Amino acid sequence: MSHIGAIFIIIISMVLVDNYPLAQFLGICPFLGVSKDLDSAKGMGIAVTFVMVLATAVTWPIQRLLLDPMGIGYLQTVVFILIIAALVQFVEMFMKKSMPALYQSLGIFLPLITTNCAVLGVCISVIDDNLNYIEALFTAFGAGLGFWFALFIMAGVRGKIEDQSRIPEPFRGVPIVLITAAILSLAFMGFSGMFN
Amino acid sequence: MSEKSRSAVFTNGIIKENPVLVLVLGTCPTLATSTSIETGLGMGLAATAVLVCSNIVISLIRSLIPDKVRIPCFITVIAGFVTIVQMLLQAYVQPLYQALGLYLPLIVVNCIILGRAEMFASKNSTLDSTLDGLGMGLGFTLTLCIMGAIRELFGTGSLLAGDWFGLAKGFKGIPLFSRFMPGMSIMTMVPGGFFVYAIVMAAVHYFTKDKSKIRKDFSCAGCALAGSCSDEQKALEAGSCDKKEVR
Repeated sequence: MSHIGAIFIIIISMVLVDNYPLAQFLGICPFLGVSKDLDSAKGMGIAVTFVMVLATAVTWPIQRLLLDPMGIGYLQTVVFILIIAALVQFVEMFMKKSMPALYQSLGIFLPLITTNCAVLGVCISVIDDNLNYIEALFTAFGAGLGFWFALFIMAGVRGKIEDQSRIPEPFRGVPIVLITAAILSLAFMGFSGMFN
Repeated sequence: MSEKSRSAVFTNGIIKENPVLVLVLGTCPTLATSTSIETGLGMGLAATAVLVCSNIVISLIRSLIPDKVRIPCFITVIAGFVTIVQMLLQAYVQPLYQALGLYLPLIVVNCIILGRAEMFASKNSTLDSTLDGLGMGLGFTLTLCIMGAIRELFGTGSLLAGDWFGLAKGFKGIPLFSRFMPGMSIMTMVPGGFFVYAIVMAAVHYFTKDKSKIRKDFSCAGCALAGSCSDEQKALEAGSCDKKEVR
């Protein structure tokens, strides 16, 4: 198969089949927390996609060129989380200084991303799946897009359930959001088996 | 601190401020590993071990950590203990290590652990932090086991199946439902996780007498990083909360 076709399949399968929040339980906290309105969903989605690609671009070479040859692969967790934390900090500082307009709209989401398990999750899973560098980068990009997509749908649906007066008392607040997520993930299950 | 308040610190995490059902923290591992009692228990105990150890270390070194870099320091301590747990499980409990998979290293970013480090261990004595870690960890484990039991019972029709960390190899489980109905495999899949979580939480809300404790929404209050958030972020959070409360 041609390379472009392979990359296309990676992205589509990460967005629809292996969607991080709705099919793999990664990044649920921001998925539930930042999906209140479409604007913040957009900001969070872009920021997460950006950091995912950047983090994978840095952690993949470190694992393959530094940790593996030196036989210290067990330090993966410690090294990766510190790299992500430092990276997010640098991106925030850089954005604040040189792109104030972008910082205004995206910067506020950046500190939340350090503890987003989707970012660490994509960095570790591309190593576990033995992907090459290009595949890893596009997997990260697809995972970010999938996260953004799920967040966007969720924000749209939550706009409709803002009036909670018709919801039974114990289900108001968090439980009804979880039920919404369950129905969404049920819909996403329809995509499973699209690629083998 | 007196004996009574010590026991309050311990039980706080189990019932009153249950991290999963009341504080709504650590949702990813909760949903992902509560497919059966065995994996739920394994995840809960692994996270409890990390939580207790990191609470002890952080409360011991809390006066040495400069305020500005405390979050990276906490993360480093937590990541160290996660690596130790990971290596121990890989060496001695291989099946559980395989079952937890990606979610084992992801204990690092579990909001419960960082949250307790930030909100409790960095402000309290070592003994209290240990008790708090134990209580919170047991609360997490208990919730995972309850959700695991519900999902396993409806998903496969039997209870307590599994290898039980090598103690009971290939135990088929107690067949409660499987005699007269097949399992609904949807319950062990992703949507079932969300459904069971929602229903258990709604049940807790129903039986809670003090309704003020219930989190109506996701806000800064339960976030581990609330202290390091900028004011803009808080304004954003507050703004979106206000919008909700007008109704």
